[in-house]
Amino acid sequence: MGGDGHVAPAQAGAPGGEELRRLSPAGAPAFAGATGEKTLLRLITCGSVDDGKSTLLGRLLFETGSAFDDELAACGDDLSRLVDGLEAEREQGITIDVAYRFFATATRKYIVADAPGHEQYTRNLVTGASTAELALVLVDARKGVLTQTRRHSYLCRLLGVSRFVLLVNKMDAVGYDRAVFERIVTDYAALGESFTAIPVSALSGDNVAARSPAMAWYEGPSLLEHLEAVEPEAEGGDGPFAMQVQWVSRHDGRRGFAGMVARGSVRLGDRVQVMPAGTRATVDRIGLGDAGLDEAVQGQSVMLSFAQEVDCSRGDVVASAAYPPGVADQFEAVIVWMAQEELVAGRQYALKLGTQNALATVHTPKYEIDVDTLEQVPAHGLRLNGIGVANMWTDRPLVFEAYEDVRDLGGFLLIDRVSNETVGAGLIRHALRRSQNLHAQMLDVTPEARAAIKGQKPLLLWFTGLSGAGKSTIANLVEGKLHAAGRHTFLLDGDNVRLGLNRDLGFSDADRAENIRRVGETARLMLDAGLIVLAAFISPFRAERRMVREMLGEGEFVEIFVDVPLALAEERDPKGLYAKARDGRIPNFTGIGSPYETPEAPEIRIDSAAMTIEEAADEIVRFLTSPSLRGA
Amino acid sequence: MTLTHLQRLEAEAIHIMREAAAEFERPVMLYSAGKDSSVLLHLAKLAFAPARPPFPLLHVDTTWKFKAMYALRDRAAAEAGMELIVHRNPEAEERGINPLDHGSALHTQMWKTDGLKQALDRHGLDAAIGGARRDEERVRAKERIFSFRSAGHRWDPKRQRPELWRLYNGRKAKGESFRIFPLSNWTELDVWQYVEARGIEVSELYFAAPRPVLERDGNLLMVDDERLKPGPGEEVRERWVRFRTLGCYPLSGAIESRAADIPGLIAEMRTGRQSERQGRLIDRDGTASMERKKREGYF
Ligand SMILES: Nc1nc2c(ncn2[C@@H]2O[C@H](COP(=O)(O)OP(=O)(O)O)[C@@H](O)[C@H]2O)c(=O)[nH]1
Repeated sequence: MGGDGHVAPAQAGAPGGEELRRLSPAGAPAFAGATGEKTLLRLITCGSVDDGKSTLLGRLLFETGSAFDDELAACGDDLSRLVDGLEAEREQGITIDVAYRFFATATRKYIVADAPGHEQYTRNLVTGASTAELALVLVDARKGVLTQTRRHSYLCRLLGVSRFVLLVNKMDAVGYDRAVFERIVTDYAALGESFTAIPVSALSGDNVAARSPAMAWYEGPSLLEHLEAVEPEAEGGDGPFAMQVQWVSRHDGRRGFAGMVARGSVRLGDRVQVMPAGTRATVDRIGLGDAGLDEAVQGQSVMLSFAQEVDCSRGDVVASAAYPPGVADQFEAVIVWMAQEELVAGRQYALKLGTQNALATVHTPKYEIDVDTLEQVPAHGLRLNGIGVANMWTDRPLVFEAYEDVRDLGGFLLIDRVSNETVGAGLIRHALRRSQNLHAQMLDVTPEARAAIKGQKPLLLWFTGLSGAGKSTIANLVEGKLHAAGRHTFLLDGDNVRLGLNRDLGFSDADRAENIRRVGETARLMLDAGLIVLAAFISPFRAERRMVREMLGEGEFVEIFVDVPLALAEERDPKGLYAKARDGRIPNFTGIGSPYETPEAPEIRIDSAAMTIEEAADEIVRFLTSPSLRGA
Repeated sequence: MTLTHLQRLEAEAIHIMREAAAEFERPVMLYSAGKDSSVLLHLAKLAFAPARPPFPLLHVDTTWKFKAMYALRDRAAAEAGMELIVHRNPEAEERGINPLDHGSALHTQMWKTDGLKQALDRHGLDAAIGGARRDEERVRAKERIFSFRSAGHRWDPKRQRPELWRLYNGRKAKGESFRIFPLSNWTELDVWQYVEARGIEVSELYFAAPRPVLERDGNLLMVDDERLKPGPGEEVRERWVRFRTLGCYPLSGAIESRAADIPGLIAEMRTGRQSERQGRLIDRDGTASMERKKREGYF
């Protein structure tokens, strides 16, 4: 902001307007970095809604001269408006995405990932933190350390951010009280992060660019002074060399292997190996454009050539011959879920780790991390914004390092193969020992694996009872309700079985037994396929029902006795069968010419005389959604 | 060894370009002969040298660019040894759409927005690498580096994918495409510093020189050819001017300046203190016009 009339119109009496003028030096503020070499520092800002994040960012842009006069004029005296969001979002009052802002001083350029503090906070925070070297954690002096503060700090730490600045903001609103600041610092220290704490007022600029006379008791640096002094991160800078190959270029019969150095450095003449094959080679050119370099360091994009002809393509990793990264196809990883649709254990997702692509299968998470309490809680799958720890395996070996050692060799995306959306992000913790051999265990597709894909526990719901008891009607209604709840079901009854599979059977005792045996076997196959099967058969004899129960696994057979007094069934007689049986036109009719053996211990008993069809169906569905039967 | 900000931005842009080249069947680089295009082309050469960049250049022409830009475009493409695809919207050509008679909105919609979609469809291009930056406009601050476009080239904020680390998910179904922005994290100042540091050729129009201009609606327009005629009360005068952004000449406002080199430009940015889009006449159509244009597929 210059003294030449391009001054934001300050409203009389409004907070901030006066402050802008007070802090704006006579001339222009130090220009955004004029010419000359700078370093780069990537930040993330964390804070709850209304802690003053936008005001602080606006303030930083203003103080460093990184906002232009027309932009300043457009935001009046409210600096937070310098960093407003998209039109549609403004209208809907939502900001659900990470925004990137820039400011610069004479010696350093800053890229700020501005992650909104609400809504899809985990996904956004994790995205913003993935590239950040330092986190600015805002706390409102009047509110102190909140659950959000803890959550944000945890996520930043998880993603590998190692530097934290605790900004106790709105100090002006608490009379610049040292005690307030110190109490918040003590509270935050309990989280166990190492950090630098600075009391500020984003609104009036105290301790943002320059140290404030209002807080003479504070002896540390202002925020900008601190940021300027932070050493740029040496992440992966000093480890053994590794570079993922992005592209192979051919020119004049020579091949160049393009990539960005992920860790360490490489010099001309270095011995390297191409992973996962392990082929050795000697570096004889390090190209950046037409120039040849003697050395390339972490973060540089270069083109390597080797003295030997070696097999090397996109997805391979060129690494130090002495200390190559690991190669494995089974891992334990932290998974952050980013999609509306839940993680499906057992399903194959496309995995992207650097330039390596694979298909990955994730086991049911061992536990989930509650980001508010940081406790490990039992995982029931993984929902949007959930963070879990799970074993996983890939269809081919991956060259990797633990995420905490090298972000670029340990961080991966999970992508849905149908929608192509990025549904999850993963952080490799370590490879699993071969002996654990997840892979082989799961490679033969078991009934459990099939059921896992459907997220349900396969069951046979066996409806037994007199003709006219309401078995088929109830079974139909139950199937409808299960289907609506996303369960994969199949209904077997006299109609679809007798007409086809059992066309050759009649109603003698032997044929009735065979009918039930075949139905049982069919249901068993369907259970192995992962389905919930409903079977509605009179099945009058205990022996047959026990036979079916014994074909299945423990707990898979659910006997539902639709109990109706004979008199009532006879009175209903929807198909006129009882009348015919009484006339002797249907021999061996259950209840008339043939006995019905009442179940002794059915899983569910439906009192058909007392309950409506709807009530009966609800009771069965309720039984199925009890925790033990809810399935994976 | 600590890399400078320019080295890190350069390395990131090269990385992004290589990912684009590797992940798509037929990528293209948009080239308009502006400063961002010049930087992009330079980076593309760096990324693949000593081989040539494995994609063609695409210029979506409006027939209203500065003459000097056409000259630079042809020279730069030839020097890079890259194929140059020039596309002009046939309908706009046939109907003689121009900024003077039809206004900036329709002109830009037909020549640039529709023209770009036509060109991508016609040549079966599935990824367009462009020089847009997040600092250009507030609404761009959330733009992805790999920006997903559904069939019909529509940008849907809800379908943009989270971008973590240096991992860009470029998977897509048939008919879908991507816009790729390697300069996302650069600011205007970074671009100029880089141009200076690497000695990249940019259009002479960025530097002050005596040029024939007329004043219209408070803007200084350069009379680049006979199609722009002074109206009543307007006169063409030789003035020392330069341009901060380059587009169609009747839509690019000049600024009075004596800055003839990059340090001079940077010094003027210090005192002029107007944002870059200020001189772009197309932005005046409405407060959030850029965002609307973007949804419709404007770059
Ligand atoms: N008193 C006081 N108010 C502040 C300060 N910083 C921000 N605010 C106010 O807090 C409110 C929320 O600020 P904003 O920057 O929009 O918060 P965000 O939601 O974190 O981006 C606004 O009314 C600001 O004016 C401060 O340092 N002191």
